[in-house]
Amino acid sequence: MPAKASRAAFGEALLELGAKDDRIVTVDADLSKSTMTAKFAKTYPDRAFNLGIAESNMVGIGAGLALAGRIPFVCSFACFVVGRFETIRISVAYTNANVKIVGTHAGIAIGEDGYSQMGLEDIACIRSLPNIPVIQPADELETRQAVAWAVEHQGPLYLRLTRQNLEPVCPPDYRFRPGRWLVLRPGNDVTLIGSGGTVFNCVEAARLLEADGISAEVVNAASIKPLDEELLLRSAGKTGHVVTVEDHSIQGGLGGAVAEILGEVLPTPLKRLGVQGFGESGDAKGLYAKHGLDPAGIAASIRKFLNR
Amino acid sequence: MADARLVATARECRVQIIRMLTHAGSGHPGGSLSVIDILTALYFGRLRYDPTRPDWPDRDRVVLSKGHAVPALYTVMAKAGYFPESQLITLRKLGSPLQGHPDRTMLPGIEAATGSLGQGLSISLGLALGLRLRRSPARVYCILGDGEIQEGQVWEAAMAAPKLGLPMHGLDNLTVILDYNKIQLDNFVAKILDLEPVLAKWQAFGWAVIEIDGHDFDQIGKALDQAEATVGPVIIVAHTIKGKGVSFMENDPEWHGKAPKPAEAIQAIREILGVGDAAWDGHLAKNPGTRALVDELRALEKK
Repeated sequence: MPAKASRAAFGEALLELGAKDDRIVTVDADLSKSTMTAKFAKTYPDRAFNLGIAESNMVGIGAGLALAGRIPFVCSFACFVVGRFETIRISVAYTNANVKIVGTHAGIAIGEDGYSQMGLEDIACIRSLPNIPVIQPADELETRQAVAWAVEHQGPLYLRLTRQNLEPVCPPDYRFRPGRWLVLRPGNDVTLIGSGGTVFNCVEAARLLEADGISAEVVNAASIKPLDEELLLRSAGKTGHVVTVEDHSIQGGLGGAVAEILGEVLPTPLKRLGVQGFGESGDAKGLYAKHGLDPAGIAASIRKFLNR
Repeated sequence: MADARLVATARECRVQIIRMLTHAGSGHPGGSLSVIDILTALYFGRLRYDPTRPDWPDRDRVVLSKGHAVPALYTVMAKAGYFPESQLITLRKLGSPLQGHPDRTMLPGIEAATGSLGQGLSISLGLALGLRLRRSPARVYCILGDGEIQEGQVWEAAMAAPKLGLPMHGLDNLTVILDYNKIQLDNFVAKILDLEPVLAKWQAFGWAVIEIDGHDFDQIGKALDQAEATVGPVIIVAHTIKGKGVSFMENDPEWHGKAPKPAEAIQAIREILGVGDAAWDGHLAKNPGTRALVDELRALEKK
């Protein structure tokens, strides 16, 4: 499989699923060309609703559609849709409406548009709500499976997708399951946990570390909430060191979720890699290098963390 | 006569609103009393529902967007048979499904969590659209507060509604009712952020607008008929009196969010029942139910 953006894989998967299930509808706020629901809208014009640049109303209408038995995918940039947090909190979460919230353009990897368009706090916000799973697939295969699961799942959820292309990382026989992580590469010295756009870089970093004699266990954490507590504790117990890598604020995201569990259940030395402060304009590669999320940066942080 | 029945039902509901708020010791009497005639008209003669099947897909929906007035909704739901009237006094108590603001997951018959103002209209749009998509005959009724429409999300929804679903699934099944009682928490609406000209605003957004007295059952009924016969969404601007039926609560911002003390509650109930002070003892002697209610409220004084 060639590299593909998870937003693109989402758009294709939704188009296919929409042919089989006419309860599926899309709700957008003038970004359907970017969230990749435009093809769905063209194919099923009476099941696609573009509300204009009005995200609060988009979320609320999604809730109503769900309460009337539809399966709405409510889509915008991660920052804009999760920015309507209070509407998500009451109309979706507390109401327990079966809304699939899709946030694309996750993280600093969107590059040139700069901070105002970057979803960097969305995981932290949504993770604080009682009944919304947070799912961030790492490649095309996983995205397709996560979207199929989203249709099956009864209840709200949050799907976090990338603008940039993602190299394939999951094996062909992989099956996405909520609350389950995947060991992409076994190792003994450090547990290296990535999610979404950072997973491939974690795999590459492990290759670099191997040359230094450091054996990293690479884990793909697509299910950020619920997380895979069993796998986390097993791997952390084995390696004794945990590193999280995410294209999200260093506060409240994957690293925060891992810290909460380890701190309570199995205190383990932990290094969180992520975005500190606001994002900024620039090329995606340069931004990842600046924030230490590229393979070389991840490897360097781990050497320092392990004192090796 | 249908109207006499509705008047009597609304009177009983007003008594229960006062009773439950007094037990709770907190809550919102003013807006509950302003909206109760509208809710009574909807639940007793208008809506199609079955309290034994609250998840019936083709039931009509009420979204009480001004969720703080939920005591009024609880009283009509109890009368309609969703739960026993005896449960009303569990309002706001630990473990009760009668939450301080509506909770859909705890109480069957509540259509959406509301109370964080400004969200109910969008939910109603989605409901109406979803019902049209599966060709359900059900209608959606959304009740907005006047202060509530200061929220921006309301106007996002207002702008979307007349066009949403067209050409195949326009929202001919959506009726919005504005409980225009002229008072919000801090003060009179006109003193905080005036809504006027409110009719012209909705008209400019493409809505059919009907203006009525929200305490006149004849006018409410006719407006609901007219709304059903209209193509596209309709808003009924219902002029109401905050605290309607209780002299010392009417038109007083202080009674937006304060529960009556037992003695105040007893006076309120006497006024709602239309009994003069001098005739009260005689009335109680002849009406054991009211007598028991008064005794129940007096007992709260001692707690």
